[in-house]
Amino acid sequence: MTSLALRGVRVEYGGCAVVSNVDESLAAGEWLCLIGPNGAGKSSLLRAIAGLVTCSGDVLFDGGALDSFSARELARKVAFVPQNPLLPDDMSVSEYVMLGRNPFISTFGRESARDRRVVTSLVEELSLSVYARRPLGTLSGGERQRVVIARALAQEAPVLLLDEPTSALDLGHQQHALELVDQLRRRRNLVVVSAMHDLTLAGLYSDRLLLMHQGVVVARGSAREVLRSETLNEFYGVSARVIHADDGTVVVVPQRSPNEVQ
Amino acid sequence: MTTPTAFSEERAGRAVWWLLGGFAVVIVAVVGLMLGPAGPAWWRVPVALLDRLPFTTIDSGVSDAQWNIVWQIRAPRVVLAAVVGAMLSLAGASYQGVFRNPLVDPYLLGVAAGAGLGATLAFSVARDTTSTWPVDPVPLAAFVGGVVAVALTYTVGTAFGRSRSATTLVLAGVAVTSLATAIQTFVLQRNNDVVRQVYSWILGRLTSATWGDVRLVLPYILTSSIILLMYRRVIDVLRVGDDEARALGVNVNQVRVVVVLAATLGTSAAVAVSGLIGFVGIIVPHAVRLLMGSSNRIVLPLSMFAGAVFLIGADIPGRLLTSPSETPIGVVTAFFGAPFFLFLLRMREVRQ
Repeated sequence: MTSLALRGVRVEYGGCAVVSNVDESLAAGEWLCLIGPNGAGKSSLLRAIAGLVTCSGDVLFDGGALDSFSARELARKVAFVPQNPLLPDDMSVSEYVMLGRNPFISTFGRESARDRRVVTSLVEELSLSVYARRPLGTLSGGERQRVVIARALAQEAPVLLLDEPTSALDLGHQQHALELVDQLRRRRNLVVVSAMHDLTLAGLYSDRLLLMHQGVVVARGSAREVLRSETLNEFYGVSARVIHADDGTVVVVPQRSPNEVQ
Repeated sequence: MTTPTAFSEERAGRAVWWLLGGFAVVIVAVVGLMLGPAGPAWWRVPVALLDRLPFTTIDSGVSDAQWNIVWQIRAPRVVLAAVVGAMLSLAGASYQGVFRNPLVDPYLLGVAAGAGLGATLAFSVARDTTSTWPVDPVPLAAFVGGVVAVALTYTVGTAFGRSRSATTLVLAGVAVTSLATAIQTFVLQRNNDVVRQVYSWILGRLTSATWGDVRLVLPYILTSSIILLMYRRVIDVLRVGDDEARALGVNVNQVRVVVVLAATLGTSAAVAVSGLIGFVGIIVPHAVRLLMGSSNRIVLPLSMFAGAVFLIGADIPGRLLTSPSETPIGVVTAFFGAPFFLFLLRMREVRQ
């Protein structure tokens, strides 16, 4: 069953295409990772799926076209975690997670008992209970990332978009955050689309990779299929070794190119 | 622990602040009724007020003539101060919320300059044609001037800035303000004789407040306040930025238009009867934020109460200190407001 489908998605900024003709279908529970060099169009594609930039082509949620939803309806279909979310310093963690319930609260209404239950159980599920009343300004990078994910999950949307979810985190916290997303998508059967820079982590956690270059999808498939030395050289302009570990993990190791070493 | 109880505590906390706010306004209003030149002894006023309540009869020893001073001269002034103070503060807090900029208030998008120009035209150019009118043309002209200026700002700001970004709008406001001020200066130069009148209007006054003024502005201010208060939860969602608010299902542009229109309408009405009382729309919401945190769900209603208290209070020294010739209230708000603001900033520094 297809949860999210992209048909010929194209995004233009000022007449210049930054994403062209992306086709993709994702079933519930699938994790797709967008990779590619800076400026490849990963963020633009995510923002198009979230309805934050206008695009041509079709973005379909369970068969329903993005354009046919109101902002509120769309926010119940798709949750978006931007690369640098704005966290008001003196807002408490539970207040912030409650913002994710906005699509369920009428404009002039107030949160219902159910909204409060959802927030409370999310805060517990993501081990944030101790922080619930702490202001966001006092949290560390890893805690902030968890809080933002909690807010996105409060939307109870079947599709979760993550733009560079680990770019501000150290190795341990990167892994924690991605493990958390992985558990949650399995538990809730979420479609996850994330843009990632770390290719090894991208290959490790996602089901499929989509390699973009100048707005075009140039390679797609499993980590084994996409993460190849020649491909990386061609599109990232780097020299890297790709190691296939015994357990099936694909590891990308940067190398200094011979002519620069001399 | 976040339990459902934590949320109900939060709500109970908010309800307490509404009650305390309302209570503070009543207390300060009664003090405002007690003070002033002429009239009954100050301590008799609360007694006389109790006497006027239904089902109570107390001999307050206040004569009808004295009561008239309290009810026909002081009361409209106190009520108008409360209404205008509440409106300017609420509008300021709302503007700061939707633009996520702590320094904006309705004056910035041209209300002040437009109203000033309108009043100047009424005092000078239109003097002869309007002298036979049954109503005072100045508030009307100020109101129209304020609304037209903001409409112009909005049209220009959204036409040139395709993205309707908040910055474009604020810059358009600066341009429209300069334009209106330039025209006003030009008109004033040609009509030297009204400079004094215009100047005293600009500094703001509640001196000549009547129940008629209150009735004139109340419908606009009530409408505006109700709309702004209804949007307080949504304005709070905007704190995470336009993009994220949009991703959370908020129609950001629509909310901004409605809030700007409502705040402009209310502010123009307030300015029309009271002149340009500066400082209130910025200082009151800031004081509330420094004490209570930045949640717009609390800042909006509390700014309203605090604004009412502040302006009733600011009006009292104005009429006591320099009677019979009064200090304009705009001077008082700035004179007491600025140091108070610095004190609050200092307190925050110490606390952190």
